[in-house]
Amino acid sequence: MNKANKIIKVEGLERSFPSTEGKGETQVFGDVWFDVKEGEFVCLIGHSGCGKTTLLNILAGLDQATSGHVIADGFAVEKPSLDRAVIFQGHALMPWMTVMGNIDFAVSSRWPAWDKEKRRAHCQQFIDMVHLTGSENKKPAQLSGGMKQRVGIARALAIEPKVLLMDEPFSALDALTRGSLQDELLGIIAQRGQTSFMITHDIDEAILLSDRIVLMTNGPEARVCEIVENSLPKERTRSDMHTHPNYYPMRNHLIEFLVNRSKSFREELASASYDPKNPPVVRPAADGDTLNQVAS
Amino acid sequence: MSQDVKDRLKAMVASIGFLVVFLAAWNAFVVAQSGPAADMDPELAALLGPQAKGESALPTPGDVGSEIWGHISNPFYDAGPNDKGVGIQLAYSIFRVLTGFGLAALIAIPLGFLIGMSKLAAQALNPYIQLLKPVSPLAWMPLALYTIKDSEISSIFVIFICSIWPMLLNTIFGVASVRKDWLNVAKTLEVPPLRTAWRVILPAAAPTILTGMRISIGIAWLVIVAAEMLVGGTGIGYFVWNEWNNLSITGVISAIFFIGVVGMILDLMLGQAAKLVAYAE
Ligand SMILES: Nc1ncnc2c1ncn2[C@@H]1O[C@H](COP(=O)(O)OP(=O)(O)O)[C@@H](O)[C@H]1O
Ligand SMILES: [Mg+2]
Repeated sequence: MNKANKIIKVEGLERSFPSTEGKGETQVFGDVWFDVKEGEFVCLIGHSGCGKTTLLNILAGLDQATSGHVIADGFAVEKPSLDRAVIFQGHALMPWMTVMGNIDFAVSSRWPAWDKEKRRAHCQQFIDMVHLTGSENKKPAQLSGGMKQRVGIARALAIEPKVLLMDEPFSALDALTRGSLQDELLGIIAQRGQTSFMITHDIDEAILLSDRIVLMTNGPEARVCEIVENSLPKERTRSDMHTHPNYYPMRNHLIEFLVNRSKSFREELASASYDPKNPPVVRPAADGDTLNQVAS
Repeated sequence: MSQDVKDRLKAMVASIGFLVVFLAAWNAFVVAQSGPAADMDPELAALLGPQAKGESALPTPGDVGSEIWGHISNPFYDAGPNDKGVGIQLAYSIFRVLTGFGLAALIAIPLGFLIGMSKLAAQALNPYIQLLKPVSPLAWMPLALYTIKDSEISSIFVIFICSIWPMLLNTIFGVASVRKDWLNVAKTLEVPPLRTAWRVILPAAAPTILTGMRISIGIAWLVIVAAEMLVGGTGIGYFVWNEWNNLSITGVISAIFFIGVVGMILDLMLGQAAKLVAYAE
């Protein structure tokens, strides 16, 4: 696993904003180190306001870090790239374009030389993939929230990015729609071997989708508390994962983090040895958690 | 019959009802004013003209109706500088409004685009726009006449000046408030700036820009009447003034009717254009 090609490396990332009182700077997060390997699905969990969106914008190249850097496929990220597709928190579809138009806007940006026919065929493939066949000529306003986010997924994947970045893509949806979209996304990503990074604050979503979960403490001055390896088997589904003996250890570990440790991490820091470059890696399981401090 | 059609029919019947009541009241008012004036000094009667014969100075709806019909049936006659058909006069005014408005749009929309894209430019130019915007366009007239020395171009200039502000401000506002998400989508797709302007910013801001254009053309049509009254020569504003000088209240009222109709048509046209670029979020 460690030998796998690291598509994204986050190295000592810090982001500060001028503080609201007008004096000095407020650090949103700092000393953040983690990576995403090829074909891997990494989730980042943290409370609202800890800087998740800010971090994702830096990964996408839409925002600049105050210090540290992000390496994507061997090069420092300075600006957005077609190699890193983003699914935004609000679906961010252009309301004056149809479903086809929205996806075609992305595809024609990716392959400007393609003729219309070739682009259409390519778009159609992705529209079919997210089960929107028949809605090609609808405008976003005519679609339900779940369908809009499906278009967002199709638009992001249609450019065949190396990495898919997602900022709480399902947080605005009702529970039922969210569930079925998670299942679909899981299938699509597994089938394509798509390297993905997703921000969420939904524990079950993280357990279902991710291989590893990065835990971020509360801001300001948020840190990566630890990295949790998913101990559930890769072939899990939303309906059967609850029956696996490792499900509750995973879930309880994450809840414990969100409820208590995300707030009290600073005290934890003082008492234990903590290396921000190699945050502790934990694998919660029914037969006891394992803590592997592997140097990467 | 669907509820929608029924409602519209009801509104139409009510509209016609209002018109009938209004015309009847107008007619009754004029008739009541024109009482018999039998025992009047003949000399005074001669001085007073038609009023002495017991007629009111105000025309009846019938008088105005036949005058309007007369104009409609022969709109384009030309019998010298003081006697042209209302169609010719309206054409002059429409030409001036469309020229001034068109030039203003050609400048305001691209300029507003540039200003709206740069926070610095928007902040730097805002005080000037705020200062110039509330100035009555007619206040520019003497300056225009003095510098341009041509009454035709001066009235076009006045239309230009009054149409530019709503379009400029709305374009700046529309461009500056394009949702950041849409711009971020374009950025992550590495879309070049011109294509972003054309495919994202313009369609996003178009409804706001068109609202500005609609306000502008409304103001331009208000202003042209006053400008032509000042400058004279041709145009529907001059026509109104001329009718007033001839003491033809019938003529003035029918001109008001034509001004209203043209203003309504101009607004409807931009309203239709606004529908074409509207989008629902
Ligand atoms: N442009 C900005 N200027 C100042 N402060 C900002 C800016 N963007 C984000 N912040 C601050 O950074 C913190 C994290 O924001 P965000 O990344 O949106 O959090 P999350 O996505 O985890 O909810 C917030 O406290 C917010 O006030
Ligand atoms: Mg957020």
